[in-house]
Amino acid sequence: MTTATTGRTTRKGAVGTAHTRVEGRDKVTGAARYAGDIPFADLAHGWLVLSSVTRGRIRAIETGPVLDMPGVLTVLHHGNAPRVETDYVGMLGAPDPTAAVFQHDRVPHAGWPVALVVAETPEQAREAAEALVVHYDTEPHDTALDGDRPDARPADGHMPAVTEKGDLAAELAASAHVVDVEYRTPEEHHSMMEPHAATAYWDGGRLELVDSNQGTTWVQGELAKMFSLDESAVRVRSEHIGGGFGSKGLRVHQVSAVMAATMLQRPVRVVLARRQMFSLAGYRSPTVQRVRLGADADGRLRALEHRSLNQTSTVYQFVEPSAGVARVMYDAAAHRTANHVVPLDVPSPTWMRAPGEAPGSFALEAALDELAEKCGLDPIDLRLRNEPETGPVSGLPFSSRNLAACFREGARRFGWADRDPRPGVRREGRWLLGTGTAAASFGAGALPSTALVTAEPDGTFTVRIAAADIGTGARTAITLVAADALATTPDRVRVHIGDSDFGPAGIAGGSMGTRSWAWAVGAAAAELRERLALGTGIPPEGITVRSDTTEALASLAQKERHSFGAQFAEVAVDTTTGEIRVRRMLGIFAAGRIVNPLTARNQLVGGMIWGISMALHEEAVRDHTGGLYGADLAGYHVATNADVLRVEADWVDDPDPDDPVGIKGVGEIGIVGAAAAITNAVWHATGVRHRTLPIRPDRVLEAGGHA
Amino acid sequence: MASAPPSTHSAITLTVNGEKHPLTVDHRTTLLDALRERLDLTGTKKGCDQGQCGACTVLIDGRRAVSCLQLAVAADGREITTVEGLADGDRLHPVQQAFLDLDGYQCGYCTPGQICSAVAVIEEHAAGWPSAATDDVRPEAGPPELTPEEIRERMSGNLCRCAAYVSIVEAVARAAGERTGGAADGAEEAAA
Amino acid sequence: MKEFGYRRADDVSGAVALLAAEPEARYLGGGTNLVDLMKTGVERPALLVDVRELPLDRVETTPDGGLRIGATVTNSDLAAHPEVRRRYPALTQAVLAGASGQLRNMATVGGNLLQRTRCGYFTDVTRPCNKREPGSGCSAIEGEHHNHAVLGASDHCVAVHPSDMGVALTAFDAVVTYESADGPGELPLSDFYLPVGDTPHRETALPPGALITGVTLPPAPVAARSRYRKVRERASYAFAIGSVAAALDVRDGVVHEARLAFGAVASRPWRARAAERALTGAPADAAAFAAAADAELAAARPLPHNGYKVPLMRNLAVAVLTELAEETAR
Repeated sequence: MTTATTGRTTRKGAVGTAHTRVEGRDKVTGAARYAGDIPFADLAHGWLVLSSVTRGRIRAIETGPVLDMPGVLTVLHHGNAPRVETDYVGMLGAPDPTAAVFQHDRVPHAGWPVALVVAETPEQAREAAEALVVHYDTEPHDTALDGDRPDARPADGHMPAVTEKGDLAAELAASAHVVDVEYRTPEEHHSMMEPHAATAYWDGGRLELVDSNQGTTWVQGELAKMFSLDESAVRVRSEHIGGGFGSKGLRVHQVSAVMAATMLQRPVRVVLARRQMFSLAGYRSPTVQRVRLGADADGRLRALEHRSLNQTSTVYQFVEPSAGVARVMYDAAAHRTANHVVPLDVPSPTWMRAPGEAPGSFALEAALDELAEKCGLDPIDLRLRNEPETGPVSGLPFSSRNLAACFREGARRFGWADRDPRPGVRREGRWLLGTGTAAASFGAGALPSTALVTAEPDGTFTVRIAAADIGTGARTAITLVAADALATTPDRVRVHIGDSDFGPAGIAGGSMGTRSWAWAVGAAAAELRERLALGTGIPPEGITVRSDTTEALASLAQKERHSFGAQFAEVAVDTTTGEIRVRRMLGIFAAGRIVNPLTARNQLVGGMIWGISMALHEEAVRDHTGGLYGADLAGYHVATNADVLRVEADWVDDPDPDDPVGIKGVGEIGIVGAAAAITNAVWHATGVRHRTLPIRPDRVLEAGGHA
Repeated sequence: MASAPPSTHSAITLTVNGEKHPLTVDHRTTLLDALRERLDLTGTKKGCDQGQCGACTVLIDGRRAVSCLQLAVAADGREITTVEGLADGDRLHPVQQAFLDLDGYQCGYCTPGQICSAVAVIEEHAAGWPSAATDDVRPEAGPPELTPEEIRERMSGNLCRCAAYVSIVEAVARAAGERTGGAADGAEEAAA
Repeated sequence: MKEFGYRRADDVSGAVALLAAEPEARYLGGGTNLVDLMKTGVERPALLVDVRELPLDRVETTPDGGLRIGATVTNSDLAAHPEVRRRYPALTQAVLAGASGQLRNMATVGGNLLQRTRCGYFTDVTRPCNKREPGSGCSAIEGEHHNHAVLGASDHCVAVHPSDMGVALTAFDAVVTYESADGPGELPLSDFYLPVGDTPHRETALPPGALITGVTLPPAPVAARSRYRKVRERASYAFAIGSVAAALDVRDGVVHEARLAFGAVASRPWRARAAERALTGAPADAAAFAAAADAELAAARPLPHNGYKVPLMRNLAVAVLTELAEETAR
């Protein structure tokens, strides 16, 4: 159960006050239309066919019998599909060629899309897709990730591959206490509830796409480049999105739908089946992480090394930058962080909620706990003793760093002071009890955005921005920010989002969405108020002001800008059955000004539950064939309602000094450190360090513990 | 023109939210697809299409069921209630109102299924059904109290990847409390 | 999913006749497993004979004090039935531990017994699987098998039966009744499932085309004090990695009668008869319970990654039996 709001607001207005979602009524009545819900006349349905081999070449596709099946309109494959462009740089860099379907006969991983069957009904398309016979020449594959791979290489992702300073060997040798451990995290999948779905059609020379994505202008730009179209000839809409978590960018469903709609000249919808999502929707790479810490007798770090290895596909490089978290969190005389990748015959991984920070904080914060044990220090004291003055790698000042306040408030509310540090000594019936803590951080940024704000003749306002509400409450947050900026009330502000026609805007990603869009909306609203102050009256079409935050963001001073948090967990472990229950969690965050306490708390708690799920449940199993085992929601376990007992999130006052509203972003910080807090609590309960996630019952049983 | 449909199709009548819909369906068509593709009742969502997520939950003859594993042809003649049929005109069903007030969702995609499920959970509990969270299932032990633990277990067939579980449990507790006229359970300050 | 015919059966004999006439036909109950398998391509029937509305939906007490459960009784109705809860509480607990409220409302007793394994290789038609495609090989033995069988498996198949309900039913000596083209028949649940051997695709001893009409539970006073406990990889809505149904009658500190069955360890719900024999007449204490579990698990043949199931089942059995013994003592 959550507790009362304690977020402090510094000025009166809509921002900072709990507000139910503006689209809430539509969501609880079923009226909200998601991408696959919108009816189209003459709609055809596409069903993807994925490779059943792990690596090889397509020798032949027997399309004839399938084309004779009832209702089948076409079969798209590498032999007949239109050629597309992949040699370009989009909003987030070069595209993953996985999305550029049917361009060649190579199969680089299991579940690679080899064909799209289009038919009049979904049932016909599915049956025909299952009947399609594809012949392959198979080739040997390599899908095994391990820490000793000689072909692992340092790689830049959205940060440099390697940072280093000082003499690591010397500082480790001079340390009173050393921790040198390897941690492993498994392949994890976003598994948002709404599968990827897109309907493509041509309307008077303009490509229309009704989609579920995390940024309409992002996908618009990618499709325009891929199909060599002018951006104005592509419109992407995405009004309601059933979750994204990093996976909903440009993927095969949109591209294949566009191809089929172009060939057939009628609307075509492609929806990924749940099983297909496990191969086509991206995932968080498994990681192998080595952490070496050296500290003085009093716990001050002398040496810190964090090395992370993740897998990527042979067609695209994605770096899960788990070692990056140490660049923000802790300083040491010798400090080395490195992100490595190894290309394997596996699907391309991608961004997934707190990429880098989620697995990286698990390893680093678990290692800190191990160091605290060795030093005989309280884990919070150890962290507070190692609070850096400036960015450990950059040397830049922090815009604000309120981690200590989070720990103090969290420790007080969690009852940390009464904790007996000894592991394996608390029992309640069959359960061993323990508590753990961990620190969290996540970058606070903003992306350039444009917004349109209109004063209507009836005294109301209309906001248009190509924002995406993937469940964050962005639509509501924008409404509140606009109301304050316009000095009106939220009920007089209508917000339209999810349409690329509204102009370029940042994506719902990197915890940057609300901040990026609020900035643009606020800027347009401020200018509109100035215009209205002139008192010239409002014409029938209203007065519209357009803003663009590109210049304002470019002029921001270089600083370390992050949210911080302190995670606490209490677990119960039955070492005779391996069961673990997270009895309670508390997260206290310093995450900027909270726009809407109702939805922000929900997001933070949701992130913490992702941490429970990551610590105890989630694991996609890829066997020696390179294919997935049990690739569905019965085989891939995400936390259920019964797995979640008391989870509370709250915050300390932490307005961002350089953001017009004070926002930092709350989408990802909730998961950071959460798995480590749980793992540390499992150690406290049992005396056993679990360094491989998830902590499944079999692993608990095999590890034993204080029974 | 009107020849008898092939044996792979059947003429049926789906009764949805009190309205009768005569349809000829492909036997392969699930109730979920019939609702969405044929009747334009898209409030019921397809999350996994395998009975593993609960997003497609509807009420069939008053009981919750996953419509993705229910063939439409086999639902002929049964009373189906979807999320679109819960409100009384403009007045939301108490479960809908509680989800709205307490933010029992994020992206909203699992929400219709959660709400249909919750409506049924409250009825199942009122009928005295035990659950896996019930300590003593013997009838002599009496009906279990609808504690948060009971709600969590009973709602576990509805995955929410946004993980709005805490507020979902609050919403179900509040709606259940309203049904029995008692005080709503669970903390509600979040809706202040 | 290929196209198929659909018939709603009016009576049991009519249903059986429909299946006799079409070898590629399947009975459709709640559909919670069959429809899923049709979607994944594991099952491709030509005809579905819908038996859900047959008049087999009642739970009745038998004159001798047992229960007769109709085949189309839903899992929910079975679990909620006062006589089940009173006389066989572990059966209610087992049913409630399975699936979700939605699925239990749909799933029937007959269908539950006939559900197929959730082995991920069985449900993935792109992978070899002897149960799905005889002779194609077993992918699990060399592949992922941390939740596969440790008892009664063979070199041909190591899949486990997923039922929770069946574990309790087998502990209570349930008898399956059926109707076939040759007339009615019955099979004790202990003989209902065939040994795996080299024919893992042949799962039950039911005659071809037979329709399960019900399950009879003989009177079992010991079952009034019974429990089901299930361990899984999350707190709810997941298949077991190990489960125990147990009943215990302790008199003067000595086990007078015990029932014990294991779930998620074999191709069928596993009646732990060796353990029951060891328990009978033994002191009702943890040491005897552990010895009894060990007697059963001596036959375990774990694979490289499912060895944990042996201590898991031992610990679970001891824990549940201990709880029951403590209940008696109270």
